[in-house]
Amino acid sequence: MSLVAGVVAVQGDVSEHADAIRRAGEAHGEDVTVREVREGGIVPDCDLLALPGGESTTISRLIHDEGIADEIVAHVDAGKPLLATCAGLIVASSDPRDERVDELGVIDVTVERNAFGRQRDSFEAPLSVDGLEGPFPAVFIRAPAIDEVGEAEVLAEFDGRPVAVRDGPVVATAFHPELLPDDRIHRLAFFAESAGGDARSR
Amino acid sequence: MAESTDLEELRRGTDLIKRGFARMQKGGVIMDVVDPEQARIAEDAGAVAVMALEAVPADIRKRGGVARMADPADVEEIIEEVSIPVMGKARIGHTKEAQILEAVGVDMIDESEVLTPADDAYHIDKRDFTAPFVCGARNLGEALRRIGEGAAMIRTKGEAGTGDVNQAVHHQRTIKGEIRKLEGMTHEEREAYAREIEAPAELVHETAEMGRLPVVNFAAGGIATPADAALMMHHECDGIFVGSGIFGAEDPVAMGEAIVNATNNWDDPEALAEISKNVGKGMKGDANVDLPEEEKLQGRGV
Repeated sequence: MSLVAGVVAVQGDVSEHADAIRRAGEAHGEDVTVREVREGGIVPDCDLLALPGGESTTISRLIHDEGIADEIVAHVDAGKPLLATCAGLIVASSDPRDERVDELGVIDVTVERNAFGRQRDSFEAPLSVDGLEGPFPAVFIRAPAIDEVGEAEVLAEFDGRPVAVRDGPVVATAFHPELLPDDRIHRLAFFAESAGGDARSR
Repeated sequence: MAESTDLEELRRGTDLIKRGFARMQKGGVIMDVVDPEQARIAEDAGAVAVMALEAVPADIRKRGGVARMADPADVEEIIEEVSIPVMGKARIGHTKEAQILEAVGVDMIDESEVLTPADDAYHIDKRDFTAPFVCGARNLGEALRRIGEGAAMIRTKGEAGTGDVNQAVHHQRTIKGEIRKLEGMTHEEREAYAREIEAPAELVHETAEMGRLPVVNFAAGGIATPADAALMMHHECDGIFVGSGIFGAEDPVAMGEAIVNATNNWDDPEALAEISKNVGKGMKGDANVDLPEEEKLQGRGV
């Protein structure tokens, strides 16, 4: 069966997510067509969705202006998988604690923007992630951290702070799994058995 | 519940992190600002980052004299004001200005021909820094030499402060054309080409295999309207720097928002028509053809 994957493409590292989805799909024997989402009307045709890294203030403004925001909420409400990374996590959260970002509220967490500092504090580190064998090479770039976890399940922590979570069909990370060839987070979000179907009913 | 990671294993300032930062800017608009108020307007308009400087290029052109790094206190005020990344400009070859900007906490340093070059033979050794660098280029040789020195992002030089997009188009077309030529070459032809354009051979091969520059490639130098931004995206730039074009315009708020929207909708002419309506006059500018050769900034730092 052929799957349609959407990558929200108003701003950010879109091609990196598109490539990671293609690799992950191939590894699972899935035929995946990737579509870039710059305007309303495309998300309803998508089986999977990625909300990339970038600047959360910019992404938030453009997805609302372009009529994409409500479609993402409907996508998640229908139990379809969403992977949100870094800025994507901030935009998808229930509370970014910053009026400059208009959140979607599809992950029950509050986040702190730039929690680890400015670019000079950005770092890479091996990270232990629930559901993955062996450490994941995580790249944190002006990354947010998760403060309060409501209904969401914590998949990874760094320095005592949650940095990866699952909430129903949504997987969100404070780091950038799309920047490296290791596609295990994309597989976990989109192609693992537990992420398919009506995940909300679990 | 997952295990916590050992803090000892973390690494900073790697090429992956520097180039990764640049990738997060893709599809975005980076705006020149001279004070916190302008920075706030830029952030509200949807800029992905601001470039903090003492005067926009059009004013530097008018004023003449030596153009230097901005006062670090002013850069700090801008950093305090916004949540998006803040970049700063250092003079070509001025390692100390770059170190000062890094110490202040700028997220990216632009080693820029818009300022008066401090060194007429060498650029900054950018590999020594934790902060990522962006550098201007007119052709593939310049771009790959800057990447070899450690630049994490390349932008076209264009002709800054003119409001004429002509030279940005020329530089982007030149770079893309040279890459296309490279793709059709054999290994030994690429080796010879690397010597001809004075670029590191390893980067020439990498570029040929990728079919593009190995780092993010933005447009800069003369972009003044939403249509200009869309044109540079059409020429396969990854994003847009706007210098004098926002705050030199009649209505900076409307112009800023419109350029952000046009960068997203660059391949949708009907959307671009709507976006381009009623944004007020763009900066007056100077046509590149009228500019005396000695007043051009693009020849600095090859």
